[in-house]
Amino acid sequence: MLNNFKKSKPQQFSFLILIFLFLYFVVPEDENSLLWRLPPLLKDIPAFINYLLDNLMFNWLTIPVYDPDWGMYEDQAIVRLITRSISDFLLFLIIFIREFFLGGMQTISSLTGDSLKGLKLAYLPAIPWTAVIMGLFILGYKLQGLSLALIASLGFFYVSVFGQWEPTMETLSLVLVTAPICFFLGLFFGILGYLSKKVETTLQPILNVAQTMPHFSYLVPIIVFFGVGDHAGAVATIIFATPPMIRLTILGLRKISPEIVESGLMSGCNRFQLLFRVLIPTARRDILIGVNQVIMQCLAMTTIAAFIGAKGLGFNLKVALNGLKIGKAAEIGICVVIIAVVLDKLSLAWANKQKDYFANLSFFQRNKAFVYFLFLTLILGIIAYFSAFYFEEGINFLYLIPFGKGLTIAPLLDAGVDWIWETFFYYLNIFNKFLITYVLFVMRDAYLGMPVISTFFLIMGAGYIIGGIRSCIIVGGLILFIALSEYWDRALITAYMATFAVGISAINGIVVGSLCARNEISTKIILSICDFFQTFPSFIYLIPVILLFGITDTSVMIAAIAYASVPATRYTVEGLRSVPSSLHDAGSMSGVSNLQRWISIEFPLALPHIMLGLNQTVIFALMMIVLGALIGTEDLGQIIMGSLSRPGGAGIGFTLGIFVSFICLAVDNLIRTWTDERKKLLGIN
Amino acid sequence: MSDNNNLPVIKCESVFKIFGNNAKRLLENSNGNVDAKTFQEAGCIVGVNNASFDVKKGEMLVVMGLSGSGKSTLLRCISRLTDATAGKIFIDGDDLLSMNSKELIELRRNKMGMVFQNFALLPHKTVLENIAFPLQIKGTNTNESITKAMEMVELVGLKGRENYFPRELSGGQQQRVGIARSLAVEPDIWFLDEPFSALDPLIRKEMQDEFLRLQGVLKKTIMFVTHDFDEALRLADRIAIMKDGIIEQLDTPDNIVLNPATEYVKKFTEDVPREKVLKIESIMDPIDSNASSNIEVSKDAIIETLAESILNSKEILKVVDANKNNEIVGSLDPAKVIKVLFGK
Repeated sequence: MLNNFKKSKPQQFSFLILIFLFLYFVVPEDENSLLWRLPPLLKDIPAFINYLLDNLMFNWLTIPVYDPDWGMYEDQAIVRLITRSISDFLLFLIIFIREFFLGGMQTISSLTGDSLKGLKLAYLPAIPWTAVIMGLFILGYKLQGLSLALIASLGFFYVSVFGQWEPTMETLSLVLVTAPICFFLGLFFGILGYLSKKVETTLQPILNVAQTMPHFSYLVPIIVFFGVGDHAGAVATIIFATPPMIRLTILGLRKISPEIVESGLMSGCNRFQLLFRVLIPTARRDILIGVNQVIMQCLAMTTIAAFIGAKGLGFNLKVALNGLKIGKAAEIGICVVIIAVVLDKLSLAWANKQKDYFANLSFFQRNKAFVYFLFLTLILGIIAYFSAFYFEEGINFLYLIPFGKGLTIAPLLDAGVDWIWETFFYYLNIFNKFLITYVLFVMRDAYLGMPVISTFFLIMGAGYIIGGIRSCIIVGGLILFIALSEYWDRALITAYMATFAVGISAINGIVVGSLCARNEISTKIILSICDFFQTFPSFIYLIPVILLFGITDTSVMIAAIAYASVPATRYTVEGLRSVPSSLHDAGSMSGVSNLQRWISIEFPLALPHIMLGLNQTVIFALMMIVLGALIGTEDLGQIIMGSLSRPGGAGIGFTLGIFVSFICLAVDNLIRTWTDERKKLLGIN
Repeated sequence: MSDNNNLPVIKCESVFKIFGNNAKRLLENSNGNVDAKTFQEAGCIVGVNNASFDVKKGEMLVVMGLSGSGKSTLLRCISRLTDATAGKIFIDGDDLLSMNSKELIELRRNKMGMVFQNFALLPHKTVLENIAFPLQIKGTNTNESITKAMEMVELVGLKGRENYFPRELSGGQQQRVGIARSLAVEPDIWFLDEPFSALDPLIRKEMQDEFLRLQGVLKKTIMFVTHDFDEALRLADRIAIMKDGIIEQLDTPDNIVLNPATEYVKKFTEDVPREKVLKIESIMDPIDSNASSNIEVSKDAIIETLAESILNSKEILKVVDANKNNEIVGSLDPAKVIKVLFGK
């Protein structure tokens, strides 16, 4: 009997849940009881972080610096000087690229000093938007062909014609500055991680935390270090978008077959030759996929960086959402989606493009595309110059369409929203009220009524059953950290929202994924839909749900479900499709029906991969729920949001970010341990 | 000069390769008697177990063994892609294991070439660029290396495809590129690690012929690793048969087929069609004055090729050495050939 119990995991889990329920109902709600809630022993951590940051920025490691305005030496903290110069450097780059697209005089006057300020001479003319679109057309054509050329150029044409050119170029300038920096940082650390096991083991946990921390919690400490503005947004973006590049670089280099490395060595390569002439070119595709990731993450973060003063589409979106101008917000949202799709397609095409061999080509042949681009730019520039005399009111539409002066569909969208509200308000409202009163609030109360002892028993017990004592301690430790803070109740609310969102997303994903994996065509369609939805920044998901459900928990939930269903679906489809065809044949010859095939062959084999998808689902859902604080929820996210505008918010924001990250890591540990075990058992690599 | 010729190009003395954390200490305690089982219990895996042999200039040594026998590990010890745990390896009399990385790079750039099982071509370079790669690494100027690489392209019969990428070639063609690349720096020593194992049987045969043709022209000192006993018999001057890291037998193909040293080797030789492997030399008798037949056969001929004429004659034949002006070196009784062909 006991032996049987030791072997059977289902029995162990049932036993675990029984004890959990027993503890849940037996332990009384008592603020002083340790079984009910742990004392907030770690509540001073935020204050400690603030103390640390304050001293780092103002008191520690000071050197005297000459101040020309006052004519005397002043003690300044080195860290502050460093962050200041990084800020200045980034700001210069951002403004330079911005003025390249939009025109302006800051770049030249910053190089020449004040003497030229106000002179027309120092004005850097913008490149006409028509030329940018031509450039995109040529780039798209060169990378893949006519279809990509049309997508890229028409996409930006739309953006320009609808009067979003200026904010778009502001956002793009941030991406163009941050993405290359992320690329080089990522490549550098990735190579270090590949070369040295020690570096990799140090990097791994940092990357884990960095990739699971909600976007917002980065922002607060960055305000302390770098202030507010475009440069701060750039720093946040760099920190956020570098980890995937590091990961993919390490992964790509590790994937190279040992024979290639050996062939390099036997050709007599030294270390540098091996790295730069054998390893990196061989891993080219993976590294460029990393670049694609970097660009997409940069775009996502630059929209969110609006909260610390980065200009661009994100900023306008924030303003529109704050003023509840849904039509305007949707219009901006469409632009963000377009840019996301264009950048994604272009960078993917670059990654997939194989180098062509051209023997002995002339300079012109090699750089044909670029020469055409310069030539067209010149022509379009001349056209733009002369068209200035044609257009009235001082707006030159062939040069630059100013913000808000283009076409607009905002009134149309607003009318549409009004119509939806008038027609469906009653039903939507009933659904909304039902969900909130009978599902969400009930669930929330159930979570809040959970004694801490039973929570720990459940989590650590699951850890023990799945991964033995090691998992049990890791998971328990991560959660204990949260339980000892002041924010346990808030964390429970976050957890309840996440559980709900993940549950629905998983069901969604598995059902839709299973149905679509049935045949080739629907598989392709669903995967490209997943691609599409994964391209654009999470921020965008909030627009349509606000439109439908207003500012309620329901909106956040639905956004989270929509966002988190994507990985669940994708992994289900991938998992099911990877079941070898010989097994399908074996099943068919045993005479299985479609349902039997799914239950007894496909699903069990795909389950490890589906669980990995669930892992992603949890992270996605949590990210969206924290982001949902933007439209008002009462979980951890709300405090993180609040800390943005509070003095000493850095400590709180950062700590809470770590909490969310720890929740993700605990789930990650459980799921990963389970899948690894399971994959070994099934012999899947 | 003759001194130089007698000096082995590759010389191994009690080479051990043991994988694991405390391999060195365990090996020192074992006094050279390595037992795979006890090492495994201590968490170590024995790759190469006390290998000693020489390879002479222009000789082709084929190392044969099944997967996990340590044959590739042995090859990697001698090319120092892995460091041997103990023992001594000499390349042209120089101690390989005491070389620093700079000397090692020099050695590889000038004296060694290696062909890999899965071709290991650089995917981002064309055929020509792949072949020129070792030259470029060495610092040869572009024109010279391209001329040299073109020579190699012609040598392996890939002319007209020099601007293709590896992904556009078949397996056999890719391996030709691999072979050309390994020969580009004109090395003295040629390592081949299961070069034909990833190819289809028909292509494999074709590549073996090609390889024999090349070796006929180039006369390199070769270490060739394979798991295919027939391939070993076809190509080798001498064969080393490995099992669990130990060299079970190292001898000429004829001797291995006629006198397998261990039960393990015997298993391989049992099904080998002897007439296709053995030379007349290995079954001839001393010179016999009774040899009445007028037919003369060369001692280096494979039995199968002459079987018909020998069996037709019914008399005792003369065996001559083609290299020594057809001097008579022995006699051959057709009955013996019948025994080889049909007997056990």
